Amino acid sequence: MVLKVFFPSCCSSAESGILIGRWISEQNSAVILAVVHFPFIPAQVKQYLSEVQQVTKVSVSVLGSWSNSKEKKEESLSEFLEDLGTIFSHEPWIQISKEGDSKFWSCSTLQKHSNHPKEEEIILVYYDQRKVMLSHLHPPLDTATSTENKADDASKLAAIFDTVAKSRMLFMVDRYDDGPIKLTHWQSDGVEASIIVELLKQASVPACMLLTFLLSLISGICKSRVLKFWPLSFLWSKLSTCEQLGHRLQHLQVISSNKKAQNQTQLMRKANIFVSLLIDVALGMLLMSWLYRKNRIGHLADTLIPVADHVAEELQDLLQWLMGAPAGLKMNRALDQVLGRFFLYHIHLWISYIHLMSPFIEMILWYVGLSACLGLTMALCILSDIIALLTFHIYCFYVYGARLYCLKIYGLSSLWRLFRGKKWNVLRQRVDSCSYDLDQLFIGTLLFTILLFLLPTTALYYLVFTLLRLLVVIVQGLIRLLVDLIDSLPLYSIILRLCRSYRLAAGVKFRVLEQQDGKPLRLLMQINPLSYGSVVQTYRLPTYSCYPKDSWTSLCKKLFLGELIYPWKHKGEKQD
Amino acid sequence: AMEERPYRSASGAPIALRCRQHSASCRELAVRCPRLQLRSLSAVTSAVWLAAYGLFAVSENSMVLSAAIFTTLIGLIIYLHFVKVDQESLLVIGSLGIQVTSSYASGKESTTFIEMSQVKDVVINEAIHMQKVIYYLCILLQDPGDPQGVSEVVPLFQSSKPRLDCLIEVYKSCQEILEQRKTAPQSS
Repeated sequence: MVLKVFFPSCCSSAESGILIGRWISEQNSAVILAVVHFPFIPAQVKQYLSEVQQVTKVSVSVLGSWSNSKEKKEESLSEFLEDLGTIFSHEPWIQISKEGDSKFWSCSTLQKHSNHPKEEEIILVYYDQRKVMLSHLHPPLDTATSTENKADDASKLAAIFDTVAKSRMLFMVDRYDDGPIKLTHWQSDGVEASIIVELLKQASVPACMLLTFLLSLISGICKSRVLKFWPLSFLWSKLSTCEQLGHRLQHLQVISSNKKAQNQTQLMRKANIFVSLLIDVALGMLLMSWLYRKNRIGHLADTLIPVADHVAEELQDLLQWLMGAPAGLKMNRALDQVLGRFFLYHIHLWISYIHLMSPFIEMILWYVGLSACLGLTMALCILSDIIALLTFHIYCFYVYGARLYCLKIYGLSSLWRLFRGKKWNVLRQRVDSCSYDLDQLFIGTLLFTILLFLLPTTALYYLVFTLLRLLVVIVQGLIRLLVDLIDSLPLYSIILRLCRSYRLAAGVKFRVLEQQDGKPLRLLMQINPLSYGSVVQTYRLPTYSCYPKDSWTSLCKKLFLGELIYPWKHKGEKQD
Repeated sequence: AMEERPYRSASGAPIALRCRQHSASCRELAVRCPRLQLRSLSAVTSAVWLAAYGLFAVSENSMVLSAAIFTTLIGLIIYLHFVKVDQESLLVIGSLGIQVTSSYASGKESTTFIEMSQVKDVVINEAIHMQKVIYYLCILLQDPGDPQGVSEVVPLFQSSKPRLDCLIEVYKSCQEILEQRKTAPQSS
C-alpha cells in the first residue's frame, strides 16, 4: 500500500535529526510535526513525548530520521540513523535524506517485523504548518448533521487538520529555550505574539464585567412592574423599535458573558455579533452627523406637516371620488354618503391632530434622531414606526372597511343557506337542513336581497382601503428586510474570508511539484477556502425573522373573506 | 510522460486532451476548451455600441454612450471571470483522492478534492442535453450509510463536453488507478 508522508515545509532546511509526529495506521500516513536535533538522550525524548501526549491527547511518537547533509552523503551517519530505528521502535521506520540544495529527497522505509518486505510507493506531501494549524475544516453542509457512525467514516483530512491543531503545545518550545530537546517547527525561530492583542485580552475582562453589570441594570428596569401595565405593554409589543432594542440587548449579553467560547462556532458567533454591533453604531453615528448638520432636522420637520396634509387631501379627494360614481360604477347613494362622510370626519380629526402637534414636531424629531447613535438598525426601525404612526388613519379605515365587509359576507353566506333551506350546525360543525317558518323565510329573503345589493358599495370601499394598507405594509416590510439583513450578516466571517482565507477551509487542493524518476512523488497541499455563499450560510446570525407566515393562497382567501391581515408577524407573538 | 491529442467536443468545436503521468499512482488529465473567438467578441461589442449610438441619436443624452462602454467592460470581465472556462483537469492520486479543477479565462481556478474513500466509481453516463443525447463522465460518491448506494453524482468536463472517444481515454486512465486500490492489501 502507498505510504503518505505529510512533511511541514518549514522543516525543509532543518538540521539532521529524528522526526516526531503522528502515525495514522488506518490511512497508512505519517503526519510529521517537528524535527528533534542531535544531541539528545533517547530517554528524555521519550519522556517529553509522553508529556506532550498527556496534554494534547495526540499520540505523538518518533516516526523516523531526517538527514540534511550539505556535502556528500556520509555512510556512518546513515548507519547511525538506522540504529536509531532500534532504539525508537516504530513500524515502519521512515528515513528521509536531503543532499545539498536538491529539491528531490530520497525517502525509504525500514520494515523489521513484517514477513514480506516489499517496495511500497511513497508520496511526500508538503503542507504549511501554521496555516493548517489555524484553519478550521468545514464539513459539507448536507452532511453537517452527524450520525453515530461518523467517527470511523470521518474525513481522512480532518484527522490531519485535527492532529496539527491539537499539537499547539508542541509548537510553544522555540530554539532559544534551554531544554534538553531542540526542536524545529514553524515557530522554532521564536514564538510570536502581539502586544496589542495581549493588552486587549487583559482589558476585556473588566470591560465585560462592567457591561454585564450595566445590562443587568437595564434588564431589571425593563422587567419592572411599571412597564407591564396594559396600555404600555401593548404599545411596546407593537413598536418594532422595542423589538430591535431587545434583540440588541440580547446580543450584548452574549458578548459580555464571562465564559470563554467553547468551540469554533461560538467564537465566530461572538466575533460576528461584536463586529456587526460596531459597524451598526458607526453607521448610525455617520447618519447622525449627517442629519444634524446644516439643520437638516429642521428641514425635515418643516416638510413633514405639509406631507401629512398632502396625504390627507389626497385621501379626501379619493373619498369624494368614491362618493360620486367611481369608475362609472353606480353606488347606493345613501350608504355611500354615510360611509363617505364617516371617513371624511376621521380625516378632519386627523388633520386637526397633526396641526395641534406641529409646534412640537421639530423638538420630538431632534430627540428621536439622537437614538440613531444606538445604531443604523435602530434609526431604520424608528423610521418604520414613524411611517406606521403617520399612516395610522389608513390603518383605521382599513379596519373599519374590513370589518364591515366581513360582517356583510358572513351575513350573506348565512342567509344564502337559509335561502336554500339549510342551517349551520355549530355543535356538529357542519351544514344541516332545517325547516323554517314562512315569516322567517320572508324576513330572511328580504335581508339577503338588501345585503346583496349593498355589497358593491362596501366591497369598493374595502378594496380601496385594503390596497392603501397593503402599500404601507410593503414599505414597512422592505425596511424590516433591510434591518434583518444588517442584523444577520456575518461581517467578521466575510472579512476573515477576504483577508485570511486559510482560516475557513472547505477542503484541500493538491499541486504536483517537479518530479524526478526514482524519487518519491512530491505534492503540495494547500487549503481550499470556503466560498462566500457557504460562509454566509454557515455563520448567519439568527434574527427574529418577519417573513410572511401566510402562503399566497391563504392570504388571498383572507382578503376575500375580509379577515384582517398582518403579514409581518414576529416569532412568538400571539395571534390577533 | 506527457502527450496531447486533439479531439472534438459534443458541439463540434476542437478540444485537446493532455495526459500526464507523474508516477505509478498519480495521473493528470487535462482537457483544453476552445478559446474565446475574436470574431464573436467584436461582433457583440459592435452590436452593443451600435445600439448605444442609435439611442444617443434619438435621445441626445451622452450618458447612454458611457453606460454602454461601462456595460461592455463589466460584462466582459464577468464573462471572463465566471463563465468562460479555459481548461478542465482531473488529477487522480491513488490512495489520496481525485481533484477536479476548472481554470477560467481570467486565471481563476476553482478546485474540488474528493477523497478516495468517498469515491465509489468513475463511469460514463448518458444525458439528454437540449436536443441531443450526449455522453459525460462522472464520479459516483459512496453513501456512508449504505455500501451499495450512491449518495451523489459529480459530473466532469461540463464546459468542454468531450465526445465518447476522448471520454473513453480518460475513463481507461482513471480505472487503471482505481483498480490499484482494490488489489492493494488492507493495512493492519
